[in-house]
Amino acid sequence: MDLTDRLEHVAVVGAAGKMGRGIAQLLALELTWRALEHPDRSFVLDLIDADDAALQALVRFLHQQAAPAAEKQIHRLRRLYRDRPDLVDNEDMVRAFGLELLFRLRPGRTLALARDARLVFEAAFEREATKTAIYTELAGLCGPDTWFLSNTSSLPIQAMSEACGLRGRMLGFHFYNPPAVQKLVELIRPRDADPELVRLADALARALGKQTVASADIAGFIGNGHFVRDGLFAIRTLERLAPRFGFVPALHLVEQVSRDWLVRPMGCFQLMDFVGLDVVQQILRVMAGHLGPELHSDLLDRMLERGVRGGQAGDGSPRPGFQTYRQGRPAGIFDPDTGEYAALDAPWARAAEAQLGPAPEAHAWKALRQAPDCAAQLARHWKRLRQPQGLGDTLAREHFLASRQIGLDLVAQGVAASAEAVNQVLTLGFFHLYGPISDALE
Amino acid sequence: MPMPRPVFLAAGATTVSLGPGRREFRPDAPRPGLVHYMREAGRATLAQIADPERVDEGVVGNFMAARFNRQGHLGALLAQIHPALEYRAALRVEGACASGGLALATGIRSVLSGLAEVVLVVGVEVQNTVKALYGADYLAGAGWYEGERKEGPAFFFPGRFSRRAGAYAARVGPAAREAMARWYQIAVENARLNPEAQEYHNTVPDLLALGRTPPGGVAEYLNLADCSKVSDGAAAILVASAAGLDGLGLARREAVEVVGLAHCAADLTTPPPDLTELGTCRRAASQAMAMAGLAMDTVGLFEVHDCFTISGLLCLEALGLAAPGAGAERVLAGDTVRTGPRPVNPGGGLVGYGHPTGATGVRMAVDLWRQLTGRAGGVQVEVAKEHGLMLNMGGDDKTAVALVLKR
Repeated sequence: MDLTDRLEHVAVVGAAGKMGRGIAQLLALELTWRALEHPDRSFVLDLIDADDAALQALVRFLHQQAAPAAEKQIHRLRRLYRDRPDLVDNEDMVRAFGLELLFRLRPGRTLALARDARLVFEAAFEREATKTAIYTELAGLCGPDTWFLSNTSSLPIQAMSEACGLRGRMLGFHFYNPPAVQKLVELIRPRDADPELVRLADALARALGKQTVASADIAGFIGNGHFVRDGLFAIRTLERLAPRFGFVPALHLVEQVSRDWLVRPMGCFQLMDFVGLDVVQQILRVMAGHLGPELHSDLLDRMLERGVRGGQAGDGSPRPGFQTYRQGRPAGIFDPDTGEYAALDAPWARAAEAQLGPAPEAHAWKALRQAPDCAAQLARHWKRLRQPQGLGDTLAREHFLASRQIGLDLVAQGVAASAEAVNQVLTLGFFHLYGPISDALE
Repeated sequence: MPMPRPVFLAAGATTVSLGPGRREFRPDAPRPGLVHYMREAGRATLAQIADPERVDEGVVGNFMAARFNRQGHLGALLAQIHPALEYRAALRVEGACASGGLALATGIRSVLSGLAEVVLVVGVEVQNTVKALYGADYLAGAGWYEGERKEGPAFFFPGRFSRRAGAYAARVGPAAREAMARWYQIAVENARLNPEAQEYHNTVPDLLALGRTPPGGVAEYLNLADCSKVSDGAAAILVASAAGLDGLGLARREAVEVVGLAHCAADLTTPPPDLTELGTCRRAASQAMAMAGLAMDTVGLFEVHDCFTISGLLCLEALGLAAPGAGAERVLAGDTVRTGPRPVNPGGGLVGYGHPTGATGVRMAVDLWRQLTGRAGGVQVEVAKEHGLMLNMGGDDKTAVALVLKR
């Protein structure tokens, strides 16, 4: 069975969730193009989730994605519709493509839909019990030819596939958020994986325009392996600074440093909020279960106990977490003493920032990303951090070296095959402008 | 045959050509529509005369409002410009991108017939209502839909003129690409002097380098700089007899006289016989000059239809300003720049000012009127001769309108 054969029947489990929706988008488009290229064959995409309303919203969303995708490849579309005399204008063809996409979709609430699927993508909530239950049921429903790609960002695949009776038939295929945009797929190949399945996953990633980085089958893989440890480092720095500055100002300092001094797109707390504090907690639990209890944060548990969980609302806007946000930037910080958010446009925030000393001279991440002299600006910035001029520089230097050490440990533990693999995940998946494993501060 | 009776143009007006390139253009924000543009240009024209009641008829030039704006019946949109126009004869004419030229020709014919002394001519197009990809569908209506559209490229007209650019380059060699780049540079440099031009805000430091971008993005032999942009805009002017002009309270020196008019339509269902020649344009230009009884060396200023830079070069050859295949050379020699021997499109032309398709022919007449009467402001050139000539093309050289104007 080649890739096209496999793609004749695909299922996405958890399709209406944040990641499932993006994966469904990529697959719906891919299946639609293949349907046009092979008009004599049928292509079906099962969209499985627990909630009808969410599934209907998903179908609407997927249909909306058809036109921009078809517009981008209008020349290809005109070629494929060459023999359709009823389709003449670009507009005719783009509409027809949208219908063709809808014809691929088979939404439903039961896993039984996936019975005949040749490939199942699973993007259920990141909880071991949830995923295991789904896979165990699928193992009973699907034939022995069905292969499984899990979007888990932390659960070891070998153990999960064995526990569910799917040994050899499952790979980790970890998209980054949002899957339609992010180029990176972390590919986790368990010990017993069928080599054909590995080849198929590679071919599929290429077809979807993704770049794969291989990670060993160790909880957290490379991406979360770095992300949660880096986040825990930020939390511990916060806890260290809180007695001196107060919790809220200390969080503000760490956030500033981890964004502007480390030239990242978001500070550590914004990133954790973006991922969702509940998701971060689940990832930590999974990793702690496999790797050791130090992967834990009392602060995170306390936040969640108080119902503060970050993530996104139904309309995609950020929900309050460690911070609230306005136009993508932090607007307030959670104060555990009051349970309220302290607004950042206030004198206390300016006073806290003054503690950090001179601000970095390098451009902020967004501008630097497009600057032709990005590398030179970064080099000047690192040079300054080698001789810290203030608290900001010192904290940044500590954080930089911690992040580097996390990367080195991932290589030493065999999670990543090389420093290059770690750096690729951080630059492609997290949009960092530099890899953490560098001797810039040596 | 000369013009049977004197006909004049006066009181011209244009709007900004709005679209990509203008700072105030926001693709996702609501924008003015047909009614706004017709009003803006029409009222600016009527404001230049004492009594709008003197207008006997109106003609609207428009190409594709039925698709861009889902609006037909544009003749009856004229009266919203001014109450004096209510119940006047009014119609819309269409001839693809020569719709504006046809509106002028229609107004001129009305005055020549003696049934009207003053005709208000308005050209309008509002094209930024859809993405360029769908606009390309609508504009493809200027070709033969049944016979050509299906096998044509997604961007149909860029494809048509790309074919011409390819054939021209095969004939002329590397000078073709170089002259197209130079055409773009001159057009934008002129547009930077024209606050209404779509390229007025263009700050590209090296225009020639941009013009030299290897083709292939838009069509095989065209780059983006070779193409006029997607534009919203309108232009208006009055056509009047001598008596009509008197009645409006306008002096002869405030008007230009139409001394030559030609309008040619070729067979839309046949491919162009020679891709390196605009035969319909050539016929229209020579007929208009013959009607005026003039030789080309009496013309001091030109407005030509550079919907693409290649069309600009081919127009020069159609006018006889350059021998066949020598248009590129003349442009590179600097003939067409604003201080050159034969200034062409000093307000920016279609590449620089913009190309609100149905308005373009009227805009050309307004610009010539302004230049010949010394009211072109920042884009004024010194017009050494008495006459100006405009050449407005529809589709792939399937309709052409030429007017010779005398100051």
